[in-house]
Amino acid sequence: MIFAAILAGGIGSRMGGTDTPKQFLTLGDKPVIIHTIEKFVINSKFDKILVLSPQSFVNHTKNLIKEYFGENDNIIVLKGGDTRNDTLINSIEYIKENFEIGDDTVIVTHDSVRPFVTHRIIEDNINAAKEFGACDTVVPATDTIVESVDSKIISDIPIRDNFYQGQTPQSFKINKLSELINSLSDEETNILTDACKIFVLKGEDVHLVKGEITNIKITYPYDLKLANTILKETNHD
Amino acid sequence: MINIIYRLKSPKFFEEAIEEVELDGVIVRPTYLSICQADQRYYQGSRPSDILTEKLPMALIHEAVGEVISDNENVFSPGDKVVMIPNTPLGDDGYRANYSKLSKFRGSGFDGFTRDLVSLNHDRLVSLPDDFDLKVSAFIELMTVAYQGIMKFKEFKTPFSNVLGVWGDGNLGYITALFLKQMCPESKVIVFGKHVENLNLFSFADDIYLIHDVPKDLKIDHAFECVGSAASQSAIEQIIDLINPQGTINLFGVSEYPIPVNTRMVLEKGLTLQGNSRSEREDFEGVVSILHNNPQLFSYLSKLITNVCEIRSIDDLKTSFDKDYISDFGKTILKWEI
Repeated sequence: MIFAAILAGGIGSRMGGTDTPKQFLTLGDKPVIIHTIEKFVINSKFDKILVLSPQSFVNHTKNLIKEYFGENDNIIVLKGGDTRNDTLINSIEYIKENFEIGDDTVIVTHDSVRPFVTHRIIEDNINAAKEFGACDTVVPATDTIVESVDSKIISDIPIRDNFYQGQTPQSFKINKLSELINSLSDEETNILTDACKIFVLKGEDVHLVKGEITNIKITYPYDLKLANTILKETNHD
Repeated sequence: MINIIYRLKSPKFFEEAIEEVELDGVIVRPTYLSICQADQRYYQGSRPSDILTEKLPMALIHEAVGEVISDNENVFSPGDKVVMIPNTPLGDDGYRANYSKLSKFRGSGFDGFTRDLVSLNHDRLVSLPDDFDLKVSAFIELMTVAYQGIMKFKEFKTPFSNVLGVWGDGNLGYITALFLKQMCPESKVIVFGKHVENLNLFSFADDIYLIHDVPKDLKIDHAFECVGSAASQSAIEQIIDLINPQGTINLFGVSEYPIPVNTRMVLEKGLTLQGNSRSEREDFEGVVSILHNNPQLFSYLSKLITNVCEIRSIDDLKTSFDKDYISDFGKTILKWEI
């Protein structure tokens, strides 16, 4: 089986000036999250699409999904957790409780605020997770990365060619992911902000999937304004 | 749904853009695309500047096959292989849709197939059998242009069809001669060209001649001009010299310039000139049927493939157009991995 988990647990503290989480703001004529879900709905390889929403927005998310997709049994709205990892754990637990899963069962996790993900990236994720067990979507770093431990002085400037910027999806074989999460110490759990890092920390390989520079995350008001402007300017058909 | 589209912004410069597409109809992922001379003329900037200003930015490519991703009416199933029809009628004015002013054409009047996903109406897709070679199928659209020209020729009542002449040793000349052998098996097919190395590939033709080395007594009953550009003039001139009375001349070659024609001899011989451009659904169905019933054609057609380029970035797309430009003969196929 193949599951998608659209991670919309965040409340968008970086967006500023609005109480509405950024995934519910409008891009073109639809909420960002609907655009994102559409990319997964059209892909028949997914058995179920889980949408993880902040608790206070669960009903709103359900209403939106009903409005845009009608009664669709393949989309399941769940409550997200306090952190990204908690949200991920919620989705894994739901899958384990409700479905028969095997060692080949794959979960493709994706930020709800990356509506520009392409079909190719999703397909490459499914294939890489099936073949290698874990994968991360990345683009080569274009800016020089500067490390500073004390926020005052540069401690290192690593070789840029070895650095990539992480995007999503991140995809895994569920059983392996679950096993690794359960093996984390409390200290490890606290420092983990990224699901792929769980694999890295435990010495497991995570394969790279080529992302796209267009696969941006709508984090700041500027991102949404830019995306809306481009969309308006370039709709030719 | 948000879709990523790759447009030619100005000659030799592609850019990514986003568009919003409705999920009505069929969503297709392009798999193999093929560069046409028309795409190349936009890319090189050899169209008149006012045309470039009017049409760009625009996604190029109107020859492509793909795989169905979703269909809201379940006419097609996910994974179905399809050829996409670039002509898109927006009304019916009684004319054949590929000549109607009410139609738009992808990669000319509106965006072509260089996109992450393409949304099309059901009638703009023709299913392909699973055993079709998809690299060859990528240029089915070009075959449909030859096919519809031959079909129109067959509708004419003419006194004789013993000898058919094809002018042009490029891609369209090759396809037209190959399809003539299939669709008019009783006729002799002679190909006239300028490049001996190209002509040597036309092994299925009954005869090949270099245009400056044609026997004095050679006559043809009908002609198919597949030359295009300024060279159309000398090709049409030679055709009018060699053609028998009441013959038809099917014109396929595109020229940016007006081409003078010896109308005196057209009148004297009672010739018919027939223009051919683009194609419609019935031509796609006809070509798919011919290929299905004559699988040996795939090996002939695969000889036309001179470049297969994997496209994983805009730079790859640019490189493929540059490679195509320096190829004298053949088709450049894009394996769409972007």
